[in-house]
Amino acid sequence: MADAYDARTPTVIADDVHITYRVHSGRTAREVHAVKGVTFVAHKGEAIGLIGSNGSGKSTLLKAVAGLIRPARGRVYTRGQPSLLGVNAALMNDLTGERNVVLGGLAMGMTRRQVRERYQRIVDFSGIDDKGDFSTLPMRTYSSGMAARLRFSIAAARSHDVLMIDEALATGDAAFQRRSKARIAELRATAGTVFLVSHHHRTVTETCDRALWLEAGTLRMDGPAADVVAAYEAHAKAKK
Amino acid sequence: MTLTATSPAPAPAPAGPAPDLAALAARHGLVESGARPCLPEYTRRLWGRRHFVTAFATARLTAQYSRARLGQLWQVMTPLLNATVYYFVFGVLLRTKEGVRDFVPFLVTGVFVWTFTSSTVLAGTRALTGNLGLVRALHFPRAALPVAYAVQQLQQLLFSMAALTVILCCCGQFPRPSWLLALPALGLQATFNTGLALVMARLASRTPDIAQLMPFALRTWMYVSGVMWSVSHAVRGDKMPHLVAVALEWNPAALYIDLTRFALIDSFAAGQLPPYAWAGAAGWALLAGVGGFVFFWQAEETYGRG
Repeated sequence: MADAYDARTPTVIADDVHITYRVHSGRTAREVHAVKGVTFVAHKGEAIGLIGSNGSGKSTLLKAVAGLIRPARGRVYTRGQPSLLGVNAALMNDLTGERNVVLGGLAMGMTRRQVRERYQRIVDFSGIDDKGDFSTLPMRTYSSGMAARLRFSIAAARSHDVLMIDEALATGDAAFQRRSKARIAELRATAGTVFLVSHHHRTVTETCDRALWLEAGTLRMDGPAADVVAAYEAHAKAKK
Repeated sequence: MTLTATSPAPAPAPAGPAPDLAALAARHGLVESGARPCLPEYTRRLWGRRHFVTAFATARLTAQYSRARLGQLWQVMTPLLNATVYYFVFGVLLRTKEGVRDFVPFLVTGVFVWTFTSSTVLAGTRALTGNLGLVRALHFPRAALPVAYAVQQLQQLLFSMAALTVILCCCGQFPRPSWLLALPALGLQATFNTGLALVMARLASRTPDIAQLMPFALRTWMYVSGVMWSVSHAVRGDKMPHLVAVALEWNPAALYIDLTRFALIDSFAAGQLPPYAWAGAAGWALLAGVGGFVFFWQAEETYGRG
């Protein structure tokens, strides 16, 4: 078995990963067992879709891969520093768009020089200056679509070894969605491995060659994307 | 239903990680994700994020008053108004000013220097709990957050010091060479504050209730720190037990306040400082700065989990 694994270069190894959360509500604290013993090996050049119902542990598992949560048991090994395509949290609504581009870029680990070099591309890509000079206005004055576009543009401005994308990112009008799809494909080409969390099964079968199906924190199935999606859909239908 | 599940059965999990995967990872040079780096490496990574730290601090400082009509003017107005309130309560109503020369400069310096410590400590308790989204979304040394909050308070102090200069000049205290001594005093205080903010950030991330207790703890600390009364007057004579007098004099906040007063106010002479005041101030800064950093680093991988 080890020999079969060795044929390709692994980028992420999840070895019996268990993740527990401590949830406080008032004076009672509960342990939530979000991921229960997941094992998989991801290789260079793979695009892996993560499917499963809400609360099945998809996002939690990705956070462990990104090194943001430490597994309670088991280990995650990675090549390079995997990054989650999420920069929303670093941005501040009271600041102008241009200052948020700088802040977000630095938060993702770019140097000041990289931010300066990519600044114009980020603003142009987001299209926030298409209708007036919005980059000099506070982000709280943006429409929700505009803010989402700017966030995606900042997040996608940098290439990554292992990249994890949450579907919620692909927002905005049709033109922007086309641009962001193309950008995700570009990021996939430069990244070693891409993980994609999605509820849109067509997106998974179109963009991924492999899929993991998580259910209640355990790995139900791991295989070619089309097969896993088909099995998941059959399961979801049976439940109805 | 039948599934072609290739996933491992939820069979009894082995006690440790399966050896073959660990070996595979080692063969291909993969490293454990989310493991805490060693202290020098951690420090190096934090230094690599210095631009983020300053940008984050400045962004927070600017965002603070961005919705107010008077905007950034509040950076100076807030400390001035604070000083006025304290002057009326402690100078006019309670008359703690008796026996203290140049009471207004004495009081205002005390209030501003104390505020620097108290607001940094308070900010530290919120540095992680108030940024869980950031901690859970992006990878960076978590110490960047409490340090950024401390830097923000340092920036705020610069505004307070500008206001203080105006007040001192109004009271007939004009800039002179000894004012330069305020730089090492406040520098040591900033180091002390940052260390304490790191400690509080770790404690509050584990026990958020600490944030509720902080206002009380800080107020008690303020009343014993000689912000609006003179420590040297109080400990003079044999009115209080020796241990209490020593504790009052070596209280880090009192040391930083009195050293800054010594630098800025003519009539505040070296005789009003405890012996070895500078050594004490430096010792506290070193202890809190290094100790706080190591203490924070030790729990690095747990932040954002609870």
